[in-house]
Formats: sequence, C-alpha cells, structure tokens
Amino acid sequence: MTALHTSGLGKRYRQRWALRDCSLQIPEGRVAGLVGPNGAGKSTLLNLAVGLLAPDTGAITVLDGQPASGPAQLAKVGFVAQDTPVYAGLSVGDHLRFGAHLNPTWDAAYAERRLGRLDLDPGQKAGKLSGGQQAQLALTLALAKRPRLLILDEPVASLDPLARREFLQDLMAAVAEYGVSVVLSSHLVSDLERVCDYLVVLAASRVQIAGDVDALIASHHRLIGPRRDPATLPSDQLVIQASHTDRQSTLIVQTRHPVLDPAWTVEQLNLEDLVLAYMSQAQDGRTAARPVLEVQR
Amino acid sequence: MIEFHLDTRSGVAPYLQLIHQVRNALRLDLLRQGEQLPTVKDVSTGLAINPNTVLKAYRELEYQGLVAARPGRGTFVTGTLDGPRLAAQEPLRRELARWLTKARRSGLDEESIEALFLATFRSTAQQEDIA
Repeated sequence: MTALHTSGLGKRYRQRWALRDCSLQIPEGRVAGLVGPNGAGKSTLLNLAVGLLAPDTGAITVLDGQPASGPAQLAKVGFVAQDTPVYAGLSVGDHLRFGAHLNPTWDAAYAERRLGRLDLDPGQKAGKLSGGQQAQLALTLALAKRPRLLILDEPVASLDPLARREFLQDLMAAVAEYGVSVVLSSHLVSDLERVCDYLVVLAASRVQIAGDVDALIASHHRLIGPRRDPATLPSDQLVIQASHTDRQSTLIVQTRHPVLDPAWTVEQLNLEDLVLAYMSQAQDGRTAARPVLEVQR
Repeated sequence: MIEFHLDTRSGVAPYLQLIHQVRNALRLDLLRQGEQLPTVKDVSTGLAINPNTVLKAYRELEYQGLVAARPGRGTFVTGTLDGPRLAAQEPLRRELARWLTKARRSGLDEESIEALFLATFRSTAQQEDIA
C-alpha cells in the first residue's frame, strides 16, 4: 500500500502554481523526507495530503483514502503543522484531554508515559514551554492518536540542536516501535540523511526527483576529468549538473550502470550534494523539457 | 555491549558505518561470540537514525555469517574475525612496509603516498564490485 499517492496533482493560488504535475508514490512503512527551497510547494503538498487544501488538478490518496474524507481517514493520519503549534492558553494536561476527546483511537497511557519521560508538568501552560517542549508536546499529540501515517511540516526548523536531536530520536523510537509511516519536510539535509529512507526533492513547484535514498545514492555519481562536452556522454548517463574550467569538467550524472570510462575519476555523492544538484538544476529552469525521474529500489 | 556512533561527514552510508563498527569490535575482541547487539529500536532511537538502516546493517552482518537474529530475543554474535586473518596480516604488513620505503625513496611525500594508496584502493575495490 502507498502512504501517499498523487498523480498530476496541482494547486494554484490565483495565477501562481504552488504545486504542479506532482506524481508520487511513497510506499507505506517509510520515513520520507521532503526537501526543497522556500516556496517550492512543500507545505502545499502536505496541506493537500491532510485535506486542509483541495487540489485544482490531479488526484491524491493517502493510505488509499481521500484526505479528510471522514472520521476513519482523519484517525489514520497525524499532522503537525509548521512550527509545531500548540494552544498557548491551554495547559499541557488540557491538550491531552482535548486529544482524548477528539480522537477515537487515543492512547492515553502512551501520551502520559511520554510526557512523564519528557518531564512536562501537566499543569503548565503550553505557551510557557520552550520551543523544544512545544514541539515535543505537538509530536506527543500526533503520536498518541496512533496514526498509521505521520505528516510533519518542518518540525525541527525552530529548535536548537539538542532539542532537534531529541525530537528525531523520539520520532525514530515511534517508527521502530509502531511502524508508523512518516512524511516530513525539512531544510536540514543532514537530519534527513539520518532519519529518511525515501526522499522527494521539490523545487520550482515540481517534483525534481523521488525515490529510495540508497537507490538514489547508488545511481548518482560525480565525474571529474578532462574537459568534455556533456552531449558526448553515453545515453544512459543523464547530466544533472555540469561545470567546466579550461581543462576540467565536473559532472553530476544519474545512471543505473557503473561508469567505466577511465578518463573519469568517479566519486560518490552524499545526500546533500544530490539535493543541491537537483535544486540548482531547477533554479536554472531546465526542468520543463525533462521528464520527472522516479528511482525505485 | 557495543555502542554505535555515526560520522555524518565521512560520506560513508550509515548502514555501512554500523557494519564496520561491528566488524572492528570483533577484530579488537570488544565483541565476542554469544554477545548481543543492541536492539534495532535502541540503536535507532539512540542515534536518531531510521530503523530500516539498522535492520539493513544487521541483515548484512547476518549474511556475512557474523551474527544471527533470534526471533523475539535479539541479534547475537555467532562468528569471529580473528584466527587466520590475524596470522595473514603480518606478511602483508611487512610487504606494505617495504612498499612504503620504496615509495619514499622514489621521492613521494606522505600526502602523495596517501593519495596513491587511496586512489588504487578505490579503483580496485570498484573493479571487485563490478566483477
């Protein structure tokens, strides 16, 4: 089953497309990272997935259901919006009572255990908590409803490094323990590199690449060698990025086959290099003529 | 019990780092037959990494015959990396020492030696991968 399935999905705000031709199939059981520059359409995609927005074109299904189509669908999906909002005037305990009241699948024991471990005082007003504690409270609420899919929009953006690490540790504990699928957006590729096994790069309102992280890493290489016209490369090597000096060419290519040409020094890319290559390609506006790539395991 | 760490700047895939650390611990006798590896959940939570990454490393170690998963109990060390390997190391070390002397006599400084070694190491490793 797919956690998130979209085809030709698009959303327009007046004349501007926030998201276009978005076709994705994120399998269940994955932690999928959504990365891209500001305004690339990440929040739009996530808001479409939870039913806070309705699409203008195309279709979207989440765990085989329509977003926000009814109580059963709402119970399946946990959502933490950007900047992990909580109700500042309500106490931590109020949040739990609120959660229990609104969610038929609420796991009160889990919520209390988790807050106890985090040392959060139930009587404390949520507005007085630190940013890290607010994020943890929001994550607790989303997890205690026992969703099959957790959607997180930039959950760690405003946290200090320690709070960020603790948040991700708790997220990974939930994944290991309950097998919850996760889709999270972030700017922090180093975090995504740790926690994600699936990656979607969104830029210029379009999906630039999506796929299993290991497969993506294995199929992309940096080639360094004597200056060469990228058009003369074998047809199975797709150039994502090219830069040249008088005598040297440095290319980032995508290919399913090993690069055997001895003229090249072949280097592994890390996830950050890969993300940056696709983001700058999108910025150069060369994507319109190019089909979206989907790399499967 | 072994405790894992992760070097995110090394460029080495996290699951490979875990495998290396288990193999190293076995070589250094820090991990012995019968001992348990940390659970997938503990590693995943401790390092804030995807549980599938840990599973992948453990599966690969199982495939290498070094550990075995016992359902419901955990993953245990079943193999060793000492014995013939250690004995074979000494002649190799002497050969390498001779080669290093030769390299220095030909005028290579440490940086060039390291670059040459790494480049050759990578290219032969790559050829073996393809073969």
